[in-house]
Amino acid sequence: MEFERHEAPHMVPTANVARMMQQVLLALVPAAVAHIWFFGPGLVFNLLVATAACVGGEALMMRLRGRPAVGALSDYSALVTAALLAFALPSLTPWWVTATGALFGIVVAKHLYGGIGFNIFNPAMAGYVVVLVAFPMHLNLWVAPRMGDIDYQFLTILQTLTYTVTGSLPDALTYDDISRATPLDAMKSGLNDLRTTVEIRSLPIMGDFGGVGWEWIGNFIAIGGFWLMVRKVIRWHIPLGVGAGLLIPAGIMWLLSPGTEPSPGFHMFSGAALLCAFFIATDPVSAAASPKGRLVYGAGIGFLIYAIRTWGANVDGVAFAVLIMNMAVPAIDRITRPRIVGHSKDAGTL
Amino acid sequence: MTSGHFIDRLQTGLWQENPGLVQLLGLCPLLAVTSTFINGLGLGVATLLVLTCSNVLVSATRRWILAEIRVPIYVLIIASLVTCTELIFKAWFPALDRSLGIFIPLIVTNCAIVARAELFASRNGIVASFFDGLGMGTGFALLLMAIGFFRELVGKGSLFADFHMLFGGEPLAGLVLVDGGWLLAILPPGAFFSLALAVALKNHLDRKRDAARKT
Repeated sequence: MEFERHEAPHMVPTANVARMMQQVLLALVPAAVAHIWFFGPGLVFNLLVATAACVGGEALMMRLRGRPAVGALSDYSALVTAALLAFALPSLTPWWVTATGALFGIVVAKHLYGGIGFNIFNPAMAGYVVVLVAFPMHLNLWVAPRMGDIDYQFLTILQTLTYTVTGSLPDALTYDDISRATPLDAMKSGLNDLRTTVEIRSLPIMGDFGGVGWEWIGNFIAIGGFWLMVRKVIRWHIPLGVGAGLLIPAGIMWLLSPGTEPSPGFHMFSGAALLCAFFIATDPVSAAASPKGRLVYGAGIGFLIYAIRTWGANVDGVAFAVLIMNMAVPAIDRITRPRIVGHSKDAGTL
Repeated sequence: MTSGHFIDRLQTGLWQENPGLVQLLGLCPLLAVTSTFINGLGLGVATLLVLTCSNVLVSATRRWILAEIRVPIYVLIIASLVTCTELIFKAWFPALDRSLGIFIPLIVTNCAIVARAELFASRNGIVASFFDGLGMGTGFALLLMAIGFFRELVGKGSLFADFHMLFGGEPLAGLVLVDGGWLLAILPPGAFFSLALAVALKNHLDRKRDAARKT
C-alpha cells in the first residue's frame, strides 16, 4: 500500500522578510500620527519623497544588477528604510535633501554592498548621516511642537508642501517664527551658558521628561516597539542594551551632579533614543548575531549616544553611534560566538 | 628598447597599472588635495616632475647603490628633488604653494614614487625608467585632475576656479555653474567616494573591453 509522503520541513514557518517589515511599518503608525499632530503634516511629505526615492533606487539597482526588481520590492525593506529616514529628518525638509539621503542609503549603503542581508551599515542611518554632513542648515530646522503657547506659529498643509517642493517659506514667516531649539539643543546650549538643568527644564518647550510633543512621540514609539517584541519581530536584547548603555552612565553622572547633567529620563525621551532602541538598532542585518552579542552591540550604541550628546559637537548622536557600532559588529560576533553544544569552550569554535 | 616599448610603458602607467586607480598608491595626497581641479593639477605636475627625475636618477645610479641601504638612498634622492620642486613652487606659484601647503613637501613620502624606484628604475635602463616615470606620473596627475574636476563640480558648482594660481593674471572665479553645491563632495568623505567611483568606472570599462575581445 502506498502512503502519501511529505518531505521535511513539515511545519512551514510563517515569518519572512515581508511579514516582518510589514509589522515594523504597522508599529510605527501610532508614532507617526503623534508626530503629525505635534509637528504638522511635513512627515507625510517626507515619507512620500523618501518612499519614492527608496523604491525607485531599489528598482534601478536591481535592474542594473540584472535581477528581478519585483522580488526585492515586495519585501518592504525599502519602505522601512524610507520610514526611518522620514522619522529622523526634521518635519520641514526640502525634497532634494530627503531624496539624497534615501538614494544614498539604498544605492550605496545597501546595494553596493550586495543588497538586503549583506549591507554592513544601516541604510537609513547612512543616508541620514550623508545629508547631515551635506546639508547641515536644512537638518537643523525643527518647527515648534504644538504646545499651546501664544506665539506658536504653524504652517498650513499647503505651506508645508510648498516648502517641501521649493525650500522657501511663505513671505510673511521667517525661520525664527516657526522653528524652535529642540530639547537637546536647548539643554546643550543652556549648559554651555552655565545655566543649571533646573533652569533649562523650566523652559516652555520642556515636558515631564523630554520636550513637549517629543516625549509623546517617544511613548508611542515605545508602545510600537513592545508590540514588535510581543510579535517576536524583534527580541529584547538590543533595546535593553541601548537603554542600559545610555541610562547607566547618564544616571551615574546625574546622581553625582544633578545641576549640570540632564536626568536619565531626559536622555531617554529626547532626540531619537527610543526610535533607535526599538527600530533603528534592531535592524537584523547590520546588528550582531548572537543574543550576547546583541546586548554588547546595543550597550555600545547607548553609550556612544550618551558620549556624543555629552561631549560631542552634535546635539544627538544616534546615527553616528549606530554606524560606529555597525563597524564593530564583526568583532563583536567573533568575541561573543556561542559555544557549540558538546564542545568545550576553547575547542568548540568554528 | 624599441619605441613600441616606450609607448607600452606610457600605457601601463596611464591605464593598466595606474598608481592611483590600480595600485592604490599615494592615496594621502590624492584624497587630501583634490578638492578643486587646480589643486589636483598643481600637485599632479609636482608629482610628475619628482617621479620622472627620481626614476632617471635612481636608474642612473643603480649600479652603485648597495642593496642593503637602497631605501634610505632613494629617500635622499627623492627628498632633494622634492626640495627643488618646493622651491620652484614657492618662487613661481606662491598662491598655489599656499593652497597645497604641506602636501608639496609630503611628496617625499608618496609611496608611488618609492614603489617605482624599487620596482622599475632599480632594474631598468635610464630611458625606460624615464618613460616609466613619465607614464606613471601622468597617470597619477590625470587622476588627480579628474577627481578634482568632479569634486569641484559637485561640491562647489564651479569649474576651473582659481586658475590664476598656476597661470598668473587676474584672480578668476572660474566657470560658476551653480552657486554652492553638495558640500559633502569637498569634505574628506567625498574624496573617498570619488576615488571609489573612479576605480569602479575603470574596472567596469576594463571588463566591458575584455568581454568585447572574447566575442
